[in-house]
Formats: sequence, C-alpha cells, structure tokens
Amino acid sequence: MTDFLTAAVGFILAMLALGLVSILRGPGETDRMMAAQLIGTAGIAALLLLGTVGLVPGAVDVALTFALLATFASIAFVKKGRSSLQADESGSTEDK
Amino acid sequence: MSLVRDIMTIAAVSAGALFFLAGTVGLLRFPDTLTRLHALTKADNLGLGLVVLGLLLQAGNLRDGLKLIGIWLLALLAGATVSQLIARTARQGEAAK
Amino acid sequence: MSIATVFEIVLAAVVLILGIWTIAVRETYSATVGFIAYGLLVALIWVRLDAVDVALTEAAISGGLGGVLLLGAAARLQDAELTATEAPSKVTRVSAALLSSLTAAALASAVLFLPDSPPTLAPTVAGHAWATSLANPVTNVLMAFRAMDTMLEKVVLLLAIIGVWSLAPDDAWGGRPGLRHQADPNDILVFLARLLPPVGIVAGIYIFWTGANHPGGAFQGGAILASMWLLTVMAGLTDTPPVSRRWLRFVLIAGPGLFLIVGLGGLWFGAAFLAYPPALAKPLILGIEVAMILTIAATLGLLLTGAPERSEGQ
Repeated sequence: MTDFLTAAVGFILAMLALGLVSILRGPGETDRMMAAQLIGTAGIAALLLLGTVGLVPGAVDVALTFALLATFASIAFVKKGRSSLQADESGSTEDK
Repeated sequence: MSLVRDIMTIAAVSAGALFFLAGTVGLLRFPDTLTRLHALTKADNLGLGLVVLGLLLQAGNLRDGLKLIGIWLLALLAGATVSQLIARTARQGEAAK
Repeated sequence: MSIATVFEIVLAAVVLILGIWTIAVRETYSATVGFIAYGLLVALIWVRLDAVDVALTEAAISGGLGGVLLLGAAARLQDAELTATEAPSKVTRVSAALLSSLTAAALASAVLFLPDSPPTLAPTVAGHAWATSLANPVTNVLMAFRAMDTMLEKVVLLLAIIGVWSLAPDDAWGGRPGLRHQADPNDILVFLARLLPPVGIVAGIYIFWTGANHPGGAFQGGAILASMWLLTVMAGLTDTPPVSRRWLRFVLIAGPGLFLIVGLGGLWFGAAFLAYPPALAKPLILGIEVAMILTIAATLGLLLTGAPERSEGQ
C-alpha cells in the first residue's frame, strides 16, 4: 500500500510537471494564471497521499494551507495580470 | 475486510491518477486557453475527488475523514471560482484584440 | 532504485527546471508566476524531508504572500519595463554568473560532504520538552529556548512596516494604503470573498492552535489570516484602514510588546530575561502567541497593501 501510494504521488507529480511545461510555454499571460490552480489541485492530491498513509503525518495540514493560499495566489494573478489591467474600464480605482 | 478496503483504495486512487493524466493530456493538446482551462479544472478536480475517496477508506478516525472531505470541498470551491475569473479575463483579452 | 527515490528525483528535477525557467524568462509577470509555483513545489520538498513546519511557512510566505508582493511590484514596474533601455553589461553578467555558480558549488559541497552523524541539538531539545509541556520541538525552540530571536524577529517586522509607510507621499501621510477596489455585488470574486474568509479564519486559528503539539504555529496561522483579509480587500468588500488609527498601531505592537513584558517579568520575578517558570510556561507561551498571531496577520496584510496612497478623508 505504501509503495503504491508513493508511486501514485510520483505519477501525479509527473503530471504536474507536464502540465507546468504546457502552461508556462503557453502563448499568453492568461495561460500563466492557471499555474497556481494546477499546482493547487495536484499539490493537494500529492500531499494528502503523503499524509494519510502515515509517511508524513502533518502533510494534511500543509494540504489545507495549500488550498487556501493557492486560491489566494490565483486571485492575485487574475487581478494583477496585464491583460486584466488593460481590459478594465474602471481606470483609477482599480488595483495596482 | 481490510483487504477489500485496500483494493478499493487502490482502485479509487488509480482512477484519480487516470483523471489527472486526462487533465494533463487535455492541457497539452487543446488549442486555446478556454478549453485548456476547462480540462485543467474539471479533470484535475475530479481526480482529486477520487483520490480523497480512496484515502477516506484508509483514514483512521472520523476527524481525519472529515478533514479530508473539508479540504476537498475547499479545493472544489476554489477551483470553480478561480476558473470563472480566469475565463473572464481570457474572454476580455480576446475581445480587446 | 526504489519508488521513493524515483519520486524524489522527479520532484527535484521539476523544481530545478522551474527555477532555471524563472530566471531565464523575459516578462516579469511570468517570472513571478514561476516564483510562486517554485515556492509551492519547494514546500512539497520540505514535506518529503519531514520538515512540516518549514513546509507550512514556505507555502504560506513564498508561495502565497511573498509571491503576491512580487506581483504587485511587477505590476507597478510594468510601464518602466517597457521603456527600459539599459541592460546590464557583459562583464556584469559574467561575473554575476560566476559568483552564483561558486556559491552554489560551495553549498553543494557542504551538503554532500556532511559528516555521517552531523552535529545536532535535536536530542537535547527533545529531552527538555518537559520545561514547557509542549510536544512540538519546533515551537519549543522558537518560543522557549530561543525566544529572544523570535521576539527580535517580530521587532524586525515592525521596522519593515514602518519602512513601507515611510514611502507615503506627503498628502497621503497617515492615510489608507492602496487604491480602493470596486465591488460589483454579483461578482463571483465577491462571492468567494464572502464564503472563503470564515473558513480561512478557522483554518488559520486551527494551524496556530495545533502548533503546540503538531507542526504549525503562530506565524503560519497569521499568514493565512492575512491572506484572508487581503482577499476581502481585493474583492472590494472592505477597505484598508488608515494607518494613523491608534487601534491599528496597538495591534502592530501587541505581539513584540507582550513578549517584552513577559521577558521583563522573567527578569524581575524569575531567573533571567524571558525565563518561564515551568508550571506557567504553557499559558504564558500561548498568551504570547495569541498576541503574536494578531500582530503577524496585521503586519503581513499591511505590508502587502503597501504605502498609504489616499488621504484619510477618502
């Protein structure tokens, strides 16, 4: 079981890596915004796998932190991306 | 009994990993931002759900199980909202061109 | 080669390549995204190395708050970037590369040639856990054995926020940081900003509280609380408070202030500065940590909103 779950973590990490390659190569800035979302979901899966089987007991708490902070980072990406700043009509009251 | 549990965990986690694979393939192959976002959000979150399901069977007590479900719901909420925001930005970017 | 080793190699390779990409990419925004992704992945490495406290801090600070701070800076520099005509000279670049490679080589050899049983204080720390009756050795070190360092770190945070405030223009002195965000009541961001912070606040307090006996602590909890407050500010649901408010300044000094008072109490009533009597150690430490988490949340949140830009009346 431990071996299988470790293999699952490795597989999900490989998927994460491939996804990152695709996102970071992506032509526009909007593609980059997906990076935090990708790492959030795959990272939480990997951490929960590491945590529940008892390999690292505190990993579930790290997964909780990931969930909250990856969301926060994603929203910051959207708010502060160049394409979002250009597309905004409300000029001076928008964020920096 | 614990053998049945282990088999179900392996099955659920494997299915979850499969959906992660599907999401990554979609991310690599789909042509534009919106479809890639769709692949990322839907498939990866489903994969996470299946992984959580598999791990629920291994959880020792109720508290751990509730924690797992709580984290999954949080990820779901975040994924749904953030994907809408990114999609809106992508749409506005296209409209501006 | 065991499965665990393969997984570790994959993780290390991903982090290294991501790091190289972050340095090599041209646009600042993309580099910042890469940096945040790098921070989150390094948190995974810490988990693999069984350092969960460090993993929590790495995810909270470099993955979340620090990265968003850089994003704000990148957004401000957007215009400057487009008009920059100066690039570093070849000599500068070559010597920077040389210096970085030498530093990396020195670090690598230090890690690779560690003695087989490296000198460590871990058993001593574990053996003295009776002094505070807390089970998490990291919390013991931070709050009891090296409490002086922790107190001084909080003072450094205070100096940082004063430094940021000093950048305010004259007419905005003592005013509100950042610009006001607009909130369309039907916006999905507003929906998230109403739904997530209560959950986040509970999670932050939980991570703080569990730090007594499991990985966690006031700093990570405070970072989560700060990010939830910033979420409501970014959605336009709350406005940043004017920095001249007394209650705000009181919250900012509450953490190091209480630390100092307890420390002086240790000097007068006990053996030394910051000495806790073992019977009272746990309540004292938890009390200091409550004040600290409020201070950390307020300081980190205000550091990210920046220098005051609007005068108090607005």
